[in-house]
Amino acid sequence: MKSRVLGVTGGAVYDPKNGVDGETRDVWIRDGVVVAAGELTRGELEGAEVIDARGCWVMPGGVDIHAHVAGKANTGRKLCPADHRARTLSRAGGLRSGSGFTTPTTHMTAYLYAQMGYTTVVEAASSPLGARHAHEEFGDMPILDKAMLVLFGNNEFILDCLARKERETARHYVAWMLEATGGYGVKAVNPGGADDWKWGGNVHGLDDTLRAFDTTPREIIAFLAETADALGTPHPLHLHGLNLGLPESGATTIALMDAFEGHRGHLCHLQFLGYRKAEKGGGLASDAPALAEALKKHPNLSADIGQIIFGNATTMTADAPLEYRLHRLTNRKWCGTDMENEGSSGVVPIEYSRRSRDGAAQWITGMELFLLIDDPWRVCLSTDHPNAGPFFCYPQVIKLLTDRAYRSEMVASLNAAAVRESVLSGLSREYSLYEIAVVTRAAPAKILGLTKKGHLGAGADGDVAVYNPSRQGTRSCACSNRARCARLLDVAAWTVKGGEIVAKDGECAKETRGETFTLAPAYDASVEGRIRDFFADYYSLTYDNFPIRELRGKKVISCEN
Amino acid sequence: MNAKTENNVVCTFCGCLCDDISVDVDERENKIAGVRNACANGRAMLENYDAGPRLPRHNGEETSWDDAITRAAGIIKKAKSLLIYGFSSSASEAQRLAVALGDKLGATLDTTSSVCHGPSGLAMQAAGESTCTLGEVKNRADLLLFWGCNPVVSHGRHLSRYSLMPRGRYTVGGRAERRMIVVDVRRTQSARASDLFLRVEQGTDFEILHALRYILRGGKLRGPVGGVPEEALSSLAGELKSCRYGAAFMGMGLTMTEGRDMNARELFSLVTELNEYTRFCVIPMRGHGNVTGADQVFTWQTGFPFAVNLSRGYPRYGPGEYTAVDMLANREADAALILSSDPGAHFPKGAAEYLKKIPTIVLDPERSVSAESAAVWFPVAKYGVDCSGTAYRMDAIPVYARAFLRACRMSDEEVLTRVVAEAAS
Repeated sequence: MKSRVLGVTGGAVYDPKNGVDGETRDVWIRDGVVVAAGELTRGELEGAEVIDARGCWVMPGGVDIHAHVAGKANTGRKLCPADHRARTLSRAGGLRSGSGFTTPTTHMTAYLYAQMGYTTVVEAASSPLGARHAHEEFGDMPILDKAMLVLFGNNEFILDCLARKERETARHYVAWMLEATGGYGVKAVNPGGADDWKWGGNVHGLDDTLRAFDTTPREIIAFLAETADALGTPHPLHLHGLNLGLPESGATTIALMDAFEGHRGHLCHLQFLGYRKAEKGGGLASDAPALAEALKKHPNLSADIGQIIFGNATTMTADAPLEYRLHRLTNRKWCGTDMENEGSSGVVPIEYSRRSRDGAAQWITGMELFLLIDDPWRVCLSTDHPNAGPFFCYPQVIKLLTDRAYRSEMVASLNAAAVRESVLSGLSREYSLYEIAVVTRAAPAKILGLTKKGHLGAGADGDVAVYNPSRQGTRSCACSNRARCARLLDVAAWTVKGGEIVAKDGECAKETRGETFTLAPAYDASVEGRIRDFFADYYSLTYDNFPIRELRGKKVISCEN
Repeated sequence: MNAKTENNVVCTFCGCLCDDISVDVDERENKIAGVRNACANGRAMLENYDAGPRLPRHNGEETSWDDAITRAAGIIKKAKSLLIYGFSSSASEAQRLAVALGDKLGATLDTTSSVCHGPSGLAMQAAGESTCTLGEVKNRADLLLFWGCNPVVSHGRHLSRYSLMPRGRYTVGGRAERRMIVVDVRRTQSARASDLFLRVEQGTDFEILHALRYILRGGKLRGPVGGVPEEALSSLAGELKSCRYGAAFMGMGLTMTEGRDMNARELFSLVTELNEYTRFCVIPMRGHGNVTGADQVFTWQTGFPFAVNLSRGYPRYGPGEYTAVDMLANREADAALILSSDPGAHFPKGAAEYLKKIPTIVLDPERSVSAESAAVWFPVAKYGVDCSGTAYRMDAIPVYARAFLRACRMSDEEVLTRVVAEAAS
């Protein structure tokens, strides 16, 4: 068969993994895979489709390490018809229509990512029972490569095992479950908190004993971090910690860094877990300086930020007691779902206001974390979509990070009391494009263990984003910050996925099928009998009907590296 | 007879989607020889199903599958305002294709929710919904409140497998540890199984639920509400507050009587407010096997759970306007594609009569009133029996219903794929 070759030539390439910082290079993709030009035959070069990228920035396709786009996200979609009336997409050019501002429909989600040069997204949390649903939505989310993290932090099989000191059984269970659900990584959300919520409670300290199990959040974190390492999952334990949104969250987060006991770990949407008590008034203030210091001492850990975007958001999380608290706090409508044996979750729509003291403090915390954590390889850009804001506002965050003047303009519009208590105004750091390429591509791919993503070296997947500098920030934006919204990397002149052009001039051009990354970690099959009994006792679904055997388009990533 | 037994088969009759059914299969005849574990509804559905070869019909006359596909594509191409309706007894794979087709054609899409639990969806959108999975009811619930529903008849194994009888993690005593309360306008079979039956006057659900919320907030009633004495309501409110984990189930006694979504909203609000005192959840008793899946597919593809119009090129939501009964009664559809449902038998007279006047395509394993009067009827295979597919339980947990008989007819997924391809050519 004739091979299909695409060249992206003459652009300024930002490929941090390979140390390329804006140098003019050509990128060649043969049959979806990046190859060195020298490997192509003369015939292949002559028959190649070529993108003239002169004057443009060329980066690997963006990688989103943490977003809620499939499965539980659908409750958020259904709950808020007004959100879907607020933004619609008309069908055109063989592509699908869609709707939704903070919670776009699946096809629209894919198009919006592709338009800004993103090609990979990780669904940050699915319960095991909800995994099949998430995969169904992946099937209607074209173009993008996808992966899904599986919730284990409130799993009662594991809590049973920890209470009985049967960690090995629990480890085999995690491996079995990752394969059965088509999951890609181990996720924990407020470990122990959702289980206590089933009794109306929550956990607040790492050493709180759970109401129903003789174990603690600290022990759950240590077990899951160790398990991810022992199983060799490409991505380490992905943790949403305790006390999210509370003034004591920063101190709790610093304390829980030690609970990893030296194992690898990723702290998601650190902003939401990075507050201290404000000196005046008792609300939230940023604890980012202390967190950045603590991260320095824990080189085993990485983080994504979860930057606040002012305006409407839809919170959705497996931190079920948090969602109930948000409902009581804001009086907004609340959806809660208790999942048998696996945890609980909730959805509450909210709004972040720059004039609110707490809202401004949250925004400041995210910015400070970005600017104070020195090593960009341990930071990923996220908005915990749609919790802190929609993913299509990443370009605004990029502009804020790269342009101090714009940042100052934003800071000047914030609640003054919040600004007075922060160090943000004194931070002069500006991210370079190279550093932006790190936090939006290279670092998330590395932290996810996706060795073929986030770079443009030979053997990488042929996912490329090409940006014309003069077009950035020129399109009208859907966000509710119109007057103050400036953006960078919002319009890809070309987005290439697997060697095919899927978006052009910021418009989706074509649907391709993405892949779903899954794992098959090794486990002792004797655990299956125990799991079978657990299903018979405590589940409403039979053991035989639980594993997902019909997954289309999956690609198993090895756990052996 | 060449028999084998298939275990853990999924029954797709109702929203329970029980997945522990045993079926004896006569492999040579490709027939079901026996069914165990199913309720009367599920057993009847399975035992009466004939998976044998059958031909589609065009205007009542048998025709080939190819011809039927060509004719269906012709109807779709010609239609200016196509209504696609039903969805609830099809697998999600087919639902996804049908919604995609509707998007392409600018059709109006609606599910059987609009004559069933659609108001529960509206109530959720207005007030939120504190809910849980059925296994959580099994493991935790010590108080069950059935309001305007009759599971003994409609969801035959609900009480035995999920809610009243099962022994779970914190309900090791099973039935003995649970209190079951039924609220209804008549003493139903479910009421007879309960510990407490509260008979209410027809059409007073909203008032009674509102009164319960009032009592919960410290209010004192000055007389009976809906025919229920104030002491009984105070006592009920006290019980709801003081259980360990409460589960409410509601049916069409709330959603299809006067007040509709307002009734459901009042119950959802009551349940949410009970979480100030204890843990409490509500699960709508969704009827058809995959009606919940229709909600889900509609929502992830269009943003709205039912009553979606795509004629302007993007999704618009309009219960009462884009719902199938209204589209037909207002004569706004000029053709209809009906997926595994029978509006011809169940819709109000005006809508059902208009449906007979427009060309309709029906995909349904069973002959029905709608199929009888259809321009084209495809007797498709049945998911979970002779074709496979995904369905969502009433608690939104997806289950994969495997086929256990050989397929002699096309599935709705296959028919839709071919109709779409032909309509595009």
